[in-house]
Amino acid sequence: MSRRQYANWGYYIPYGLWIGLFVIAPVGLIIYQSFLNLNHHFTLANYETYFKSGTYLMMTVNSLWWAFLITVFTLLISYPAAYYIHQLKHRQLWLLLTILPTWINLLLKAYAFIGIFSQSGVVNQFLGLFGIAPQQILFTNFSFVFVATYIQIPFMILPIYNSIDDVSDSYINASRDLGATSWQTFSKVIWPLTLPGVKAGVQSVFIPSLSLFMLTRLIGGNKVITLGTAIEEHFLTTMNWGMGSTIGVVLIIAMVIIMMLTGDRQADGGRVR
Amino acid sequence: MTKRIHWSNLYLILVFIVLYAPIIFLVVYSFNSGTTMDHFNGFTLSHYGELFADTRLIAIVLQTLLIALLSALISTIIGTLGTLWIQQTSRPFFKNTLLSLNNILIVSPDVIIGASFLIFFTTLSIPLGFTSVLLSHIAFSIPIVVLMVLPRLKELNSSMLDAAADLGANQAQILREVIIPFITPGIFSGFFMALTYSLDDFAVTFFVTGNGFTTLSVEIYSRARQGISLEINALSGLLFVLTLGLILGYYFVSQSHQRRMLKRKRGVAK
Repeated sequence: MSRRQYANWGYYIPYGLWIGLFVIAPVGLIIYQSFLNLNHHFTLANYETYFKSGTYLMMTVNSLWWAFLITVFTLLISYPAAYYIHQLKHRQLWLLLTILPTWINLLLKAYAFIGIFSQSGVVNQFLGLFGIAPQQILFTNFSFVFVATYIQIPFMILPIYNSIDDVSDSYINASRDLGATSWQTFSKVIWPLTLPGVKAGVQSVFIPSLSLFMLTRLIGGNKVITLGTAIEEHFLTTMNWGMGSTIGVVLIIAMVIIMMLTGDRQADGGRVR
Repeated sequence: MTKRIHWSNLYLILVFIVLYAPIIFLVVYSFNSGTTMDHFNGFTLSHYGELFADTRLIAIVLQTLLIALLSALISTIIGTLGTLWIQQTSRPFFKNTLLSLNNILIVSPDVIIGASFLIFFTTLSIPLGFTSVLLSHIAFSIPIVVLMVLPRLKELNSSMLDAAADLGANQAQILREVIIPFITPGIFSGFFMALTYSLDDFAVTFFVTGNGFTTLSVEIYSRARQGISLEINALSGLLFVLTLGLILGYYFVSQSHQRRMLKRKRGVAK
């Protein structure tokens, strides 16, 4: 059967233009810019600086490490949560309630934690009840990882929930009938079958975690520097676009590697902004 | 058995408390007569009064809404047309290439999108401000619209199109009378998603906004960097109610639509 033309070619021009101008051109431009120095001359100096000075490499390793920690904590909290939500009666409603916080602006949630974690904030007041002197919580590595994990949880729960939903009950029943313990059923049946959801979740948490520069500024107190923070710094503060683009290229490469590791299944949870 | 379920409920309650505590915390302190988020001194609505008297902030809210509505509208149109293109492409290689290109902006970190758009706009000497922010929002919303419309378009039975063609409909008529009505739910959810992505965006806007123009997210960021101001709390209270209304509205609209579709299907079966 021949395929039908849905519309004139003219209708496709805007979409084609979008791909050309806003998908291909910007990626090309950021790669091109990474080979330019401050005077717009072609140079490899940016990459040389990146690989020779230990600071940039350390920053990259640190950024990957923070993103890894955030992803692990998010996964540890989200998997049981998704599993238990799936067992509930009104699961659709509860799932909606899980996603609802993602519609509250990210910056407002970060702002809330400025109040919660401050020197005289709620957490320190609570600790004070046990006679613990006020701690510096805000502007520490801990607060950064905590808030980032908090923000990412719904994006992890959603894909895992969907993959649990896809697992047929008959597999679980079969496994039980064949004498598997609950743990065996989980580790040999449920976990492997829900792995695509976990991968999708890891993908949609890890990649944004590399670039959460607003959290490093508001919550991390500039102590945590992620790839995103470095890019923002180079583009908007020091105006060294060449170096910023170089770090951008590194971030793109990191992203491609992560996507290859986690398979090409699309995360339907969306991203964090 | 009952014990296990008990523990699981406890765990879920904890997770939901953690998820909602910061938001509730924000809203509760918007009624605080003091000036900090440390001690609740007494109930007042004065911060809401301040908020409504702050004409600059109200202007920013209106700008943000304008950007969101315009970008959602335009990206929905372009995205829907793009979906038709992706669906009607016959060569699998070309189709996969289109889909991969489509998804690049969805998986890219915001800083990359922001930085590369900033280079792009400066190269073309497009002034940073309303235009650049609008163009960026349209650009990052298009792929989401495509992903929302595409599954719906795939469900469209091609014999319907054949029937329409056999009955003498031309291409434009088929598009208008058959395809568009069928994919309307997908178009609506695409529009809704584009709207929320635009309202929620901070990082991309932060890069391409220049000096004169701000959206709400950028404004909240710069105020939060200066410290606590309970006016932001009042703002988040309002936004929370608004979001809740929007989502419940969307939920019920999609629910009633599903029910209508079910009814129609049952009618066909009879």
